[in-house]
Amino acid sequence: MWTWFYRLASPPYVYRVAATLAPWFLTAAALAIGYGVIGGLVFAPPDYQQGDAFRIIYVHAPSGWMSMFAYTTMSIAGAIGLIWRIKMGHAVAAATAPIGASFTLLALVTGSLWGRPMWGTYWAWDPRLTSELILLFLYVGVMSLRPAFEDPGRGDRAAALLSIVGVVNVPIIHYSVVWWNSLHQGATVAKLGKPSMPGSMLWPLLSMFLGFTCFYGAVLCLRLRGEVLNRERQANWVREAVKS
Amino acid sequence: MRLTATHVGTWRAMFLVIHRELRLSFRRPEQLLQPLVFFLIVTTLFPLGLSLQLSLLRDMAPGVLWVAALLASLLSLDSLFKSDADDGTLEQLALSGQSLTVIVIAKTFAHWLVSGAALVLVSPVVATALGIPVEAFATMLLSLALGTMTLSWLGAIGAGLTVGLRRGNVLLSLIVLPLAIPLLIFGAGATDRAISGISAAGALYFLASLCVFTCTLAPFAATAALRIALD
Repeated sequence: MWTWFYRLASPPYVYRVAATLAPWFLTAAALAIGYGVIGGLVFAPPDYQQGDAFRIIYVHAPSGWMSMFAYTTMSIAGAIGLIWRIKMGHAVAAATAPIGASFTLLALVTGSLWGRPMWGTYWAWDPRLTSELILLFLYVGVMSLRPAFEDPGRGDRAAALLSIVGVVNVPIIHYSVVWWNSLHQGATVAKLGKPSMPGSMLWPLLSMFLGFTCFYGAVLCLRLRGEVLNRERQANWVREAVKS
Repeated sequence: MRLTATHVGTWRAMFLVIHRELRLSFRRPEQLLQPLVFFLIVTTLFPLGLSLQLSLLRDMAPGVLWVAALLASLLSLDSLFKSDADDGTLEQLALSGQSLTVIVIAKTFAHWLVSGAALVLVSPVVATALGIPVEAFATMLLSLALGTMTLSWLGAIGAGLTVGLRRGNVLLSLIVLPLAIPLLIFGAGATDRAISGISAAGALYFLASLCVFTCTLAPFAATAALRIALD
């Protein structure tokens, strides 16, 4: 029953699986993002208050979601590497960190571009914005801790521990709009009950969420291949894989 | 000389470590004083750089005080495990048969006594210079005490993670400061409310809960970090 789990600990297997999965993820991402972009930017009606400016949500909300999803993935992968001493867990964590940091930056930038016409300012020290910024700093911390050690194994474990400590921030980001009086709007989609959005706006948005997640999966697979090759560069199978 | 192993209880071990740490710090008083002097200098820079109007200064005082306190505590964090790791004491402590977590708790608490608590004691001087009214002192002292203690617990994780690094100081700040942002928000918020004469209970409760949260979980994370370094 656990054999699939154990096989994931083997670098050549992960290297092959990532190669098989990447095109599937990429195709799914292209389809979902394609539908989302056309549906969201062309067919969805303008918002009754925000006009066409609301359309940035089709990039902003999925990037925000990905920033937290990637962080959680990184922590779980790091924990797997830390607890079971599975090197591939650390490889996944290392491959994820820059992707997650990019999504966090994208969420912050698109949010502030939207904030200028809507709130009258690019930046406000609002709980949601602040906690998302802390997330970016945490990514930077994890990414700078890993290469700081001369012994890569030690760097991996230190980075994993730091990412596990930082995971407390993820629920804070999610609930920041509920716990504090926030300028940022509350949950629109990810809540119990009916979403506060008509279907013509909602479906493209959900498709963008799916598309961004698949895109992350695709980039992760590609980066993971590079990471595995770099980590296993002394191994025989890498020499053969590179030669053929 | 014959070495005899004697059984030492947990509390006794904690007390011994704290005692040792305090004695070591008082043997090197300049290390104790430097962060405090840094704290005084940084808070002097702000009024000189901004404006000498006391009313304006009073509005910024909580933020200035808190940022300076955070930076000053960060300065001393680097030495939390470093000297013991360098001369091998840390390995001996880890092999002593006592739980490493207990030793981490004792070391961090001792560190707070000589850094955080000392900062709290100096803060009224700084507060007066920044124009914080005497009525707000009680809240300010309490918030600083809770805040520096929480920072010590968080800092123990950062210090544990960077203990094996030669130039870990900048990285330590990079790791700890993002986690310390909530402290700054609620600490400066509490002081600010006390200056305006509003009840600061909400922010103080929040700081206290952060302190309890970190002191229950952070020692385990710091122990795990040290074990990585000692491996």
